[in-house]
Amino acid sequence: MSTATADAAAPSKDGILSHARHIVSENPVTGVSFALFALFLLAAIIGPFIVPYDPLASDTAAALQAPSAAHWFGTDQLGRDIFSRVVVATRLDMIIAIASVALVFLAGGFAGIASGYFGGWTDRIVGRVSDTIMAFPLFVLAMGIVAALGNTVTNIIIATAIINFPLYVRVARAEANVRREAGFVQAARLSGNSEMRILLGHIAPNILPLMMVQVSLTMGYAILNAAGLSFIGLGVRPPTPEWGIMVAEGASFIISGEWWIAFFPGVTLMLAVFCFNLLGDGLRDLVDPQRRT
Amino acid sequence: MFRQIAKRLMTAIPSIIGVIIVTFLLTRVLPGDTAAYFAGPAASEQAISEIRAKLGLDRSLPVQFVAYVQDLATGNLGTSLTTGQPVIEDIRARLPASAELTLLGLLISILVAVPLGILAAVKQGSWIDHLCRIVATAGVSLPVFFTGLLLVYVFYYILGWAPAPLGRLDFFYTSPTTITGFYLIDSLLTGDIEVFRAAWSQIWLPAVTLAIFSLAPIARMTRASMLAVLASDFVRTARASGLKPSKVVMGYAFRNALLPIITTLGMVFSFLLGANVLVEKVFAWPGIGSYAIEALITSDYAPVQGFVLAMAILYVLLNLAIDILYGLVDPRVRIEA
Amino acid sequence: MNVHLPANHIQPPLLEVQDLTVEFATRRGAVRAVEKVNLTLAKGETLGIVGESGSGKSVTSYTVMRILDRAGRIAEGTITFGGVDVGNAPESTVRALRGREMSMIFQNPRAALNPIRKVGKQIEDVLIEHVQAQPSDAKEKAIEVLKAVRIARPEERYHAYPFELSGGMCQRIVIALALACRPQLLIADEPTTGLDVTTQKAVMDLVVELARERNMATILITHDLGLAAAYCDRVMVMEKGRVVETATAEAIFRAPRHAYTRKLMRATPRGGITLRDLLPEEIATEMAPLGVKVPPASGQPLLVVENLIKEYPRQSAVSSLARMFGAKVAAPEPFRAVDGISFSLAKGESLGLVGESGCGKSTTSMMLMRLLDPTSGQIIFKGEDLSKIPARTFARSPWRSRIQMVFQDPTDSLNPRFTAARSIADPLLQMGENVSGPALRARVEELARLVGLPSPFLDRFPHQLSGGQKARVGIARAIALDPELVVLDEPTAALDVSVQAVVLNLLHDLKQRLGMSYIFVSHDLEVVRMLCDRVIVMRAGGIVEEGETAAVMAAPKAEYTRELLSSIPHPPIY
Repeated sequence: MSTATADAAAPSKDGILSHARHIVSENPVTGVSFALFALFLLAAIIGPFIVPYDPLASDTAAALQAPSAAHWFGTDQLGRDIFSRVVVATRLDMIIAIASVALVFLAGGFAGIASGYFGGWTDRIVGRVSDTIMAFPLFVLAMGIVAALGNTVTNIIIATAIINFPLYVRVARAEANVRREAGFVQAARLSGNSEMRILLGHIAPNILPLMMVQVSLTMGYAILNAAGLSFIGLGVRPPTPEWGIMVAEGASFIISGEWWIAFFPGVTLMLAVFCFNLLGDGLRDLVDPQRRT
Repeated sequence: MFRQIAKRLMTAIPSIIGVIIVTFLLTRVLPGDTAAYFAGPAASEQAISEIRAKLGLDRSLPVQFVAYVQDLATGNLGTSLTTGQPVIEDIRARLPASAELTLLGLLISILVAVPLGILAAVKQGSWIDHLCRIVATAGVSLPVFFTGLLLVYVFYYILGWAPAPLGRLDFFYTSPTTITGFYLIDSLLTGDIEVFRAAWSQIWLPAVTLAIFSLAPIARMTRASMLAVLASDFVRTARASGLKPSKVVMGYAFRNALLPIITTLGMVFSFLLGANVLVEKVFAWPGIGSYAIEALITSDYAPVQGFVLAMAILYVLLNLAIDILYGLVDPRVRIEA
Repeated sequence: MNVHLPANHIQPPLLEVQDLTVEFATRRGAVRAVEKVNLTLAKGETLGIVGESGSGKSVTSYTVMRILDRAGRIAEGTITFGGVDVGNAPESTVRALRGREMSMIFQNPRAALNPIRKVGKQIEDVLIEHVQAQPSDAKEKAIEVLKAVRIARPEERYHAYPFELSGGMCQRIVIALALACRPQLLIADEPTTGLDVTTQKAVMDLVVELARERNMATILITHDLGLAAAYCDRVMVMEKGRVVETATAEAIFRAPRHAYTRKLMRATPRGGITLRDLLPEEIATEMAPLGVKVPPASGQPLLVVENLIKEYPRQSAVSSLARMFGAKVAAPEPFRAVDGISFSLAKGESLGLVGESGCGKSTTSMMLMRLLDPTSGQIIFKGEDLSKIPARTFARSPWRSRIQMVFQDPTDSLNPRFTAARSIADPLLQMGENVSGPALRARVEELARLVGLPSPFLDRFPHQLSGGQKARVGIARAIALDPELVVLDEPTAALDVSVQAVVLNLLHDLKQRLGMSYIFVSHDLEVVRMLCDRVIVMRAGGIVEEGETAAVMAAPKAEYTRELLSSIPHPPIY
């Protein structure tokens, strides 16, 4: 089928693009998630410049107001505009998620590929480290790490990277291990490629797409994890706007009916995670149509 | 059978060792002066040096590690500054509350997710399949503390179906005599239906919150592994032999699909134990999660450390149980062992 | 159909398929997998359905059993089995037929059994479902069924799980399952694909014997025309969803009428023919004659292998754990995959390495390729002992370019992210003499021409190429640096017979032209006979017999070689 349609001259870039278009048209949800992702990215970049109010300015006269034309998402107990705070918080939450995922992508991806390809001691050490991390309930370990290293945003990033490490190792290791004895790798050896060259030139490019899926899926988890930590009072400190801490601030007002304080940051958080998860599923369809569920 | 369980127990040893080393390291990498940390924010210079000597922080790392392991062996996890009690006592007293909540949440979620996943796989492409996919994707996206708050708003503030989210039992009632530590079970055992109702009314909302959270991974895995098994050769053989659809789906396919589901339970427990901390905070549940949060806020470090260690050991044990369960279902593991 | 029909066709046939058309719903709309198929089958008759991949032969049989997956549906036509309209009957009626009146056995028998249920219990399930047994006597009856398929120690096997049994044994269990309720029709879908030739013979003999004993009708679905002809009364040939010819087995080989049948028949390896005979006549006559076999040059042999051994330690979790805790447990005897073999290869010679799975032939070829280090022994290539250079660093050795390989699975052996041209160029880039740019492209195109790959295909990725084209890319890559020795590891095992015929001829011509030596690893003695000067028969890591191919085939000395030869299905054409 594809043999007939593929253009013999330059099928590579074109094929991927048209495939992406096909996936989006096939599954509009993926298209929506792409759009949502762009929106979040935009808010992270220009958010602080376009919000109607100063996210830190309190106005006790306007405290605890329900959503209105003046305050779209209402105001909190100090009279701060929740809409402005939610938009401004995007940048911090995105930075935490992207930084931690980038960190673990490099460390976990490389450790996993090396351990799957070389086996032996490399494999044993990497395996032992990730087994030890996996022996903890991950969120609990993150709590322990942040508590020990100190209550800062950097440490939230590090803790989130550490607890995601085994997931990356597992994917990269399994894929590298399968390909270690694959025919095309053997053939590359016969063609005189060195082991390093095989690892980086033949195996890594074949694993990369799967790792990108993993990145997208764990991005959502990273945001959830960071928000969870700040919800219990770790990492970000008030009055910094951040989704998790805003939900925590609104929590005590839920039982007296002021729902909007916790609701809007919570919904935004949920949408962000949802967007990354859908994106991950879409990417998986793009990369690996067989594994589609 | 016992040999196999004994072997599994052996495989848990490296995990436990790893856990102990990591928790030890976590106490040593405390920024600044560990002794000052342990002494609390208001301690004097002299108090800090006393504590340093008492904790043995002036000795070399290996010596400290040996002392740490000795302390663990005798159940000494230090003393909480807030409660003034030994940490191990506090944890022992609060663990049943957490365990009851977590297990009930898991039970509800399995009862919903597994049938949902099976139906979705059997009727692939139907509305129930779409429902399952929505649940699976939306479920993993929900911040558990946010779900909890939403449920409180709807079921307490608007509908009034649930009591205020303030702990395990309304203060009108006295807690049942401790047998298992689980209020639901203890109240039934002592025949106190009144207390059982009260305990149930408090627990169902947080348990449902946890269930919604763990629903997604279980439903997703059930659906995926059922789909894979239903497409496998031996199911085709069973169909070609004229076996009843119920026998093919439940007797042949589901038992095989169970294996990856059991494996997933390990991951689900990891998530659940973490989510439990957040849910305990939302519902003011007096378990070890909220104990750890209180300690974190007051920089009371010994309870936090004890909490991390207790959770890790609990998790290792749960994984052990999962391994043994797996061996019961899969003869390949059982016989090759 | 003016086909010779057996006499018992006076009764209404057991199975009658009329104008059957099956459609599959796909993303691109309905696709017809089977079109206007007609067939009749009488009690006790054996019908072979033969075709290459995608011919619709399996879909036809699944439709008869009505176990198509949900995307497939009968678009047209009727299926009548024993008076029942299978196509339109309610599911409960068809279910009662399945397993009791008509049964099916499958390719890959191990996967066809429930991995976590005792095989005896699986047989009981079928017996109880069709009320052939009560829970009280089910076990007894299941053991009887096991006895009927000639399983030794059936009481013991009853308690076995599939993973504890060999492939051949699993296929017997699948047959037992299928025949437990004494059905009138057995459909065998590629029942011996993936099994060794001796196991294949045992399984086929058993099926035929049971069918005769019980006067059961049988449909054998296979890609192997030789196998169908050897075991079936009639053969139906399918191509692209249509029946092209139905005739008696003898007539198909003696006087095939349809052009496709003729092509398929010619491509089937069989006794007394040459490589050129595998190709369609019009092509074969245009090609250069095979050329006389020159006796290999005397003097120093190209390759001498001496006492080559490969051992693997046996892993035992219990003992290694015990050792970890300091207990003194003797290490288990290592497993010898290759057990001290010696042979030599002259320049320009092609040597066949033949044996069943697990005989050590692949391990041997990996060691010769220097992808795997031997435990001991010597590999002397042009006077140099290559076993001294570890496999890990052999990629940088100047000898690397002298020995190359063509792999078994053409798909697996190409990097999915490389175009055909990039794959062929890889050895040139790593080891060639500074070729780049237009010169490199020219060399790649020359290689493509040599292996008969049209140059527009060079810019395609593996998933855009057919199996035969991928095989050609693999061959072009192997000969890119003019190697002196090429190891061919079952290079045609994953290909359809008509493609195999072309590739085998290509390999032969390349050898003549470039003066290479071949070591051809195969399980198929007929193919080896056509391509190789000499042959080595291996079993359990050792050499059983060695000699000129023609001599070994004509008068095998070893008992095992005789068994191998007699297991090859012989079509009735003599």
